[in-house]
Amino acid sequence: MAKGDPGAATRSKRAAPRTKRAAATGEPELVQLLTPEGERIESALGPDGTEYRVDFTDEEYRGLYRDLVLVRKLDAEATALQRQGELGLWASLLGQEAAQVGSGRALRTQDMAFPTYREHGVLYCRGIDPIMPLGLFRGVDQGGWDPNEFKFNMYTIVIGAQTLHATGYAMGVAMDGKTGSDEGEAVIAYFGDGATSQGDVNESFVWASVFNAPLVFFCQNNQYAISEPLERQTRVPLYQRAGGFGFPGVRVDGNDVLASYAVTRHALDNARHGQGPSLIEAYTYRMGAHTTSDDPTRYRIASEVEAWQAKDPIARMKAFLTKQQIVDESFFAEVDEQARAESVHLRERVLAMPNPEPVTMFDHVYPNGSPELDEQRAQFSKYMESFEGSAH
Amino acid sequence: MATETLTLGKALNAGLRKALENDPKVVIMGEDVGKLGGVFRITDGLQKDFGDQRVIDTPLAESGIIGTAVGLAIRGFRPVCEIQFDGFVYPAYDQIVSQVAKMHYRSQGKVRIPMVIRIPYGGGIGAVEHHSESPEAYFAHTAGLKVVTCANPQDAYSMIQQAIASDDPIVFLEPKRRYWEKGPVELDAPLAEAYPLHAARVARPGTDATVLAYGPMVRTALDAATAAAEDGRELEVIDLRTLSPLDLTAAYESVKRTGRCVVVHEAPGNLGLGSEIAARITEECFYSLESPVLRVTGFDTPYPAARVEEEYLPDLDRVLDAVDRTFGW
Repeated sequence: MAKGDPGAATRSKRAAPRTKRAAATGEPELVQLLTPEGERIESALGPDGTEYRVDFTDEEYRGLYRDLVLVRKLDAEATALQRQGELGLWASLLGQEAAQVGSGRALRTQDMAFPTYREHGVLYCRGIDPIMPLGLFRGVDQGGWDPNEFKFNMYTIVIGAQTLHATGYAMGVAMDGKTGSDEGEAVIAYFGDGATSQGDVNESFVWASVFNAPLVFFCQNNQYAISEPLERQTRVPLYQRAGGFGFPGVRVDGNDVLASYAVTRHALDNARHGQGPSLIEAYTYRMGAHTTSDDPTRYRIASEVEAWQAKDPIARMKAFLTKQQIVDESFFAEVDEQARAESVHLRERVLAMPNPEPVTMFDHVYPNGSPELDEQRAQFSKYMESFEGSAH
Repeated sequence: MATETLTLGKALNAGLRKALENDPKVVIMGEDVGKLGGVFRITDGLQKDFGDQRVIDTPLAESGIIGTAVGLAIRGFRPVCEIQFDGFVYPAYDQIVSQVAKMHYRSQGKVRIPMVIRIPYGGGIGAVEHHSESPEAYFAHTAGLKVVTCANPQDAYSMIQQAIASDDPIVFLEPKRRYWEKGPVELDAPLAEAYPLHAARVARPGTDATVLAYGPMVRTALDAATAAAEDGRELEVIDLRTLSPLDLTAAYESVKRTGRCVVVHEAPGNLGLGSEIAARITEECFYSLESPVLRVTGFDTPYPAARVEEEYLPDLDRVLDAVDRTFGW
């Protein structure tokens, strides 16, 4: 909204409110509050009759758009850095920005998140310097932010393992008596469609259910586990699996940042109030490769990618902001410029990341150390010193 | 000071009780650890006295036990996980090796996992398959884990408390066939004054050959030493106690005196702890050795049917046979 413009949009000028029941014909049942065309839906019903809605200020809408653009741009920069040999690998979030920003912004300060290795957007929302995961993918460290400081655990590469950690953490929240009020704590576990086949994920469903853990299982169904399509993991919609474990499941349009926010906030608030776990299936699409080592043209067709391109999470938000006159053109340029500047800054800092000293590989193996390791470190140091002054 | 005669199993129970009393963040979790008190009754009575939030009967899923314990540890708890039998730990292997062991390292010291994983291990109780295995090498091979095992009630009592108090993730192996063996336990001795957790100890001094053993095989080695003494040969028996890190200080000193060394364990010989120990003794004591370091171990077969386990397991005669061979080299 342009400042001082008396004719600027107000809420009353927006699209007529309407409530949409999930299960539009031909499309998978999902909660949607913003159509791919940028049309706002006032509220949407989940499979259990829960009515989802958001009530954002214009400033908040703009903030969400800014988040989406920034995380996409930073992600693109990381992909470019990998292509230039500056990162060993990168797992791009391209296409999944809305699921991550929506759920990430739905977290309250006290909530704890357990990510996979692709949650760069959630990491950003948690206030962690976006350079942190790049150290991992550059190979100079293995993570390194403080999970308790940011309430965002380290990345987990082993598929699904973190869902059990999240469950145990959530059990601890309940044991600490930190549920049952608005100030209660909730936990969110991120994982993908492939992970739903893992034993650990299914065990975590069992545990969270029987211990009534304050936990939200947030599954980004991006349709592929590297090359394997969803049909190789499941014959039922993933969100319906929750029913068999005894807690609610809902499928949300994962390319809709508003619906992703609404559904996640509702599930987190239920959890923090002691109403136990739930499963969210954020229905989305991985627009890029699994990682930079992958070639998706070997296993999916261009028309499928194009169909999802039409559901782009940023384009629909941009259309909405424009249609509703919440912003003017200068806003988009300003956001783009900020994204560009931040990505340049990120690049500069990645290039300046030093390699660790080899002897540091011996650090932090054990909190209390080990005499065996101390000896190995001493031998290694002595060996390295023997090269000092030589051409090698 | 209250010294009581307890079985090794009761000593563990007393140690766990003390740990629960001393630190409200200690929680025990596992299959059947609550009302039943564990299949070996090691947690007997603890849920009754500390409640089901401190002594937690878990769903029947080992990876779930360890994985949720990781989360509890991140939350600030000190989980003590019981794996019901050695052969059931493998579903949790990924969580133990890839998560528990590496969390502190990956986080550059920011995340600690002060977890104890209790595993009754070893054979000799006539059990069905998967109930008699010795998986210690899998864990000792993994950086980031520490592995200890007790051989007598006093150590059981103090070592379990030390392990729980340690911030390192520790695999705590309990020699299940020795659960019912009795010994004196000083119940009121301050933990700070207990023998260090990660240190070996001479269990019987001797001059003629060194026998290294741990867990259930310490008793076997001591019996062998008694028998050897009747033949005029004095064996020094060392209870290794800590398998990772290994503490071979006493072993080196001993072998340099005796010139002969036999390592005993139930686990298969191939790439077992004995292999590593033999290599280290050879490197440290090369000029003192009168014979190669010999190993007396389980065979490189799956654990056999119970009716032949006595032939599979190292016993007094096989230990003495190996000692004899070190003299005939």
